[in-house]
Amino acid sequence: MPTITFVEPDGTRRDVSAHPGESLMAAATRANVAGIIAECGGSAMCATCHCYLVAGDLPEAEALEAETLEFVAQNVQASSRLTCQVTVTDAMAGTVLQVAPR
Amino acid sequence: MSGVVIIGAGHAGSQLAVSLRAEGYAGAVTLIDASDVLPYHKPPLSKTFLKDPAALPQPLRAASAYDAAGVVRRKGSVTAIDTAAQRVTLDGESLPYGDLVLATGARNRMLPDLLGASNVLSLRDLADAERLRDALAMAHSITVIGGGFIGLESAAALAGMGKSVTVLEAAPRMLARVAAPETSARVEDTLAGLGVKLRLGWTTQNYRRDGDRVTAVLGTTDELSCDLILVGIGAVADTALAQAAGIACNMGILTDAHLQTSAPHVWAIGDVAETPHWQAGAALRVESVQNATDQARHLARILSGAALTPFRTVPWFWSDIGPLKLQIAGLAIGADRRVVRDDGARLAVFHLAGDRLMSVETLNNPADHMIARQVLDSGRTPPDAVMVEGAAAMKAWLAQG
Repeated sequence: MPTITFVEPDGTRRDVSAHPGESLMAAATRANVAGIIAECGGSAMCATCHCYLVAGDLPEAEALEAETLEFVAQNVQASSRLTCQVTVTDAMAGTVLQVAPR
Repeated sequence: MSGVVIIGAGHAGSQLAVSLRAEGYAGAVTLIDASDVLPYHKPPLSKTFLKDPAALPQPLRAASAYDAAGVVRRKGSVTAIDTAAQRVTLDGESLPYGDLVLATGARNRMLPDLLGASNVLSLRDLADAERLRDALAMAHSITVIGGGFIGLESAAALAGMGKSVTVLEAAPRMLARVAAPETSARVEDTLAGLGVKLRLGWTTQNYRRDGDRVTAVLGTTDELSCDLILVGIGAVADTALAQAAGIACNMGILTDAHLQTSAPHVWAIGDVAETPHWQAGAALRVESVQNATDQARHLARILSGAALTPFRTVPWFWSDIGPLKLQIAGLAIGADRRVVRDDGARLAVFHLAGDRLMSVETLNNPADHMIARQVLDSGRTPPDAVMVEGAAAMKAWLAQG
């Protein structure tokens, strides 16, 4: 189970054990990471699981994720991801994500 | 101070419980749930949950989120409300409340002829989804009655599992009450491509039965045999408790624009609430995750001491039907004109009432959906040419102010 670090809006670092096959959002929700609202449950509708990739390497965002970010999420940066659209793999151990402000 | 008691722990009730504390509410918060399963996301139940026998419900939030917010979760059912004494009866126990929130949701409509049949199911909550998933092990041929969101999402999922699926719809097209003809046509083509058989303009004359099972649906000219029937013909608000307490109800529990019911200190949110809608100019019941959670957050602010302000958000909905992502922003109330952009892979349909944009439907087109929400919130309507041009043009138009 790879460990993913989420940095909460107030700067608190949370190390979360993620299960390969689940989404990064699901792992964050299970651990009650502050700022991950996950309102739509992973349908790329609400952008309330928006994070910035601080360290690590994730697969490229597909069109659904990229467009949703471009047209809805506030404070979008080049490193922005919708964590509901990223499926956890063992190779993601050590990834660090900063929860985006809303 | 007796705090806030919330009846119903769906998307609305769960959100309200944690939002109260986030808004600074200091009193007790009690969340009453008929089930002891951690409150969960309902939309996946008609999709991923059906396909994976090992899938678990996806919690809305961790148990620790309720603990951290000091929310007391109680399993049980409320049998009575005394609005004068400000008490509810929970499994025989009398509980006082400072404010009471009814988030009792809706229940599926069922065809009276099919009540009690052992192989006729519907889909709303986790128990329904587990029953359906279990029944699928022994069922190959499945008839879905109703071509709405739940019926079509389920049909696509079941076809993807190799089932033989037929959808019966009385209207001449699928999604007739909720989507434009252009959208329906694309959805129908996609479902047909998945192997789903679509029977439009269907009228059921009778059912063939074997003991407590329904083995075939008889139409005007032919009969369709089936192992299992899934009924998806809409829902009715769960108003029984409110009605028994003398709280004003119509199709749902009536509220004012601040979500307050006819009884003092009693509020209603989510699928059950019939609330004046800024776009419609009339009271409406809106069944959606977004409506439930946004009403919950709005009420959390009010109960935490914020000024009474009307609830006003742009409604949005989604439906994942096989490979199609249907997204709707706004309500097409009174719409009499459509502007359509169809580039094959993607679709955008703009519904206008006269010169006013009311709603936007998109298929596999998140950019248009996301910008449409912002356009609708602005209350402005772009020129047709801008809508036809695309999301980037709308974004630029919106930024011009």
